[in-house]
Amino acid sequence: MEFGPHLILAVLEGLVQASVLTLTALGLSLVFGVMRVVNVAHGEFFMLGAVFAYWVASWMGGPAAIGFVAALIIAPVLAGLLAVACDWLILRRLDYDPERTIVATIGMLYVIQQVTLMTYGPDAHPVTPPFNHRLAIPWFEFTENGFEFYYPWGLSTTSYKLFVIFAAMVARMGIWLLMAKSKLGLILRATQLDGETAQAFGIPVERVYAFVFGLGAALAAVGAVLIVPIQQAHYLMGHDPLLLSFIVVIIGGLGSLRGTVVAAILIGMSNGVISVFFTPTLAKILATLLVAFVLVYRPQGLFGAKPA
Amino acid sequence: MLHLGLIAALVLLQFILPAYHHGNLARIMVLSVFAMGYNIMFGYAGLLSLGHAMFFTAGMYGMGLSVRLWDIPVGPAFVIGIFAAAALSLVVGLLALRTIGVAFMIVTLMFSQAVFLTILYFNPITRGDEGFVIAQQVRQIAGLDLSNPTTRYFAALILFAICLLAVLWLVRSRAGRVLIAIRENEERARLLGYDTWAHKLAAVVMSGTMAGAAGAAYGVLFGSVGASFAEVPFSILPLLYVLLGGPGTVIGPFVGTLFMFYLRDLSSSLTDAHMLVAGVVLILLTLFARRGIMGIVRERWLKWLP
Repeated sequence: MEFGPHLILAVLEGLVQASVLTLTALGLSLVFGVMRVVNVAHGEFFMLGAVFAYWVASWMGGPAAIGFVAALIIAPVLAGLLAVACDWLILRRLDYDPERTIVATIGMLYVIQQVTLMTYGPDAHPVTPPFNHRLAIPWFEFTENGFEFYYPWGLSTTSYKLFVIFAAMVARMGIWLLMAKSKLGLILRATQLDGETAQAFGIPVERVYAFVFGLGAALAAVGAVLIVPIQQAHYLMGHDPLLLSFIVVIIGGLGSLRGTVVAAILIGMSNGVISVFFTPTLAKILATLLVAFVLVYRPQGLFGAKPA
Repeated sequence: MLHLGLIAALVLLQFILPAYHHGNLARIMVLSVFAMGYNIMFGYAGLLSLGHAMFFTAGMYGMGLSVRLWDIPVGPAFVIGIFAAAALSLVVGLLALRTIGVAFMIVTLMFSQAVFLTILYFNPITRGDEGFVIAQQVRQIAGLDLSNPTTRYFAALILFAICLLAVLWLVRSRAGRVLIAIRENEERARLLGYDTWAHKLAAVVMSGTMAGAAGAAYGVLFGSVGASFAEVPFSILPLLYVLLGGPGTVIGPFVGTLFMFYLRDLSSSLTDAHMLVAGVVLILLTLFARRGIMGIVRERWLKWLP
């Protein structure tokens, strides 16, 4: 393949990765923004989304589309409820102290991961996509007959991948509507600005925290359900999304949802593109070092305006 | 006195323990050196690092690569490993200490991850995930074969004793007291005229160097060097050991390592998912026992415990 078609392919793959990453990172960012705690177990809720999706889809049977739609609804709800339970049983008792919360969520990470290993097993399982048409993409070239379109071999995508990009956009719109337009969003933003004052105005801050923790986990799970027909469900799959979400949330500016979305698209795309042309390991080394230096020299993030 | 007693008890145990526990205890002593290094930063200076595996592997690969690539004898290679860890901890300290709190944890995590990925990236030199073996015939210092269980035990014990006494000396020194002051209230320590930044940097370098010594020793004594020692769980383990044993106590890291090692050993007969125990213990400790075993002992009975 020539450079042009290769680049298009890389951009498309990057867009799919970026779409899922925005959802996962939004979940982490929301939790950090409102609750001021870092959820190290976030990647495990992502993994649970994928594993629940596999269970729901295989339990429903029938046509792939029904199983997938059911998984898309049930898996995030289950992951979210589990997160609410973790918040209520553990984090609330720690008074959301930042350092102790990190240690406790590290513990949660291993408990969730290892329990999944014991029940779901060490193998990866696929979920059938609801639809999967191969779509060839045309490319042009200049021949002696002038400008011509043709379909290069290997340059194609699937309808499902386009659906992932679209669905992630819808979910992002949903989050934006929730935060900017609804009463609940107002409550969340009030809690984020000043928890104590919010409590003084009669907002049940503890319940808001539990809800946000659950919502963050559910968002990660939605991302996982979307990706699981492309990438199989495996008990260790939470590791990369966790690190990438960290990277995105920090570069986008801690607690800034808009910065998170911009950074997720940027990181997801460049990760996809760099991985196609260079090795993925090099891409990851550069990304982790970038994060460390952003935190050291620009703690408000690359897009955050106000100092943290 | 208590600490000399512990060392004496460990010398005695060498002669009476059955082979299996004897081998375990050598491993526990090396790992508790790692945890003691961690404790200098976390327990005394109050700096929570999530990337201590990078110092451990710096020592390990500093030692291992000088043996593998340049055929340097194990003794000098061990010293090179310690210097490699000291250099890395100086650089990381200079950068990471510009941040505090949660940002500090994430910066250390990211640097550690970068070290892990770098090891994978230079796979032809480091052998990546597979790692490499330090051949048995080169694992000797001054004619003593370090792969022999008895010499190995004593080598581990000597390293452990040196580090234990060094930490004891540190916490009794002025610098150690300044570190505790920083942990309790950094602002106040600075107001009293102490250079808190220099003290914190010194704590990071000492902590990283001790972790590196443990890494180099692990490579020499058990003969294996690998990228798995650089992964995230290996940064969590010293945190777990110190939290369990008691942060800010001199023998806490050893107690925590000992308990955790055997807890894992016992649970391995029940399930393969060995990190499950680590996770449960971490949650329970943060919820119910923030001071760890020796911390509780100090609170209840032995007020003088350093």
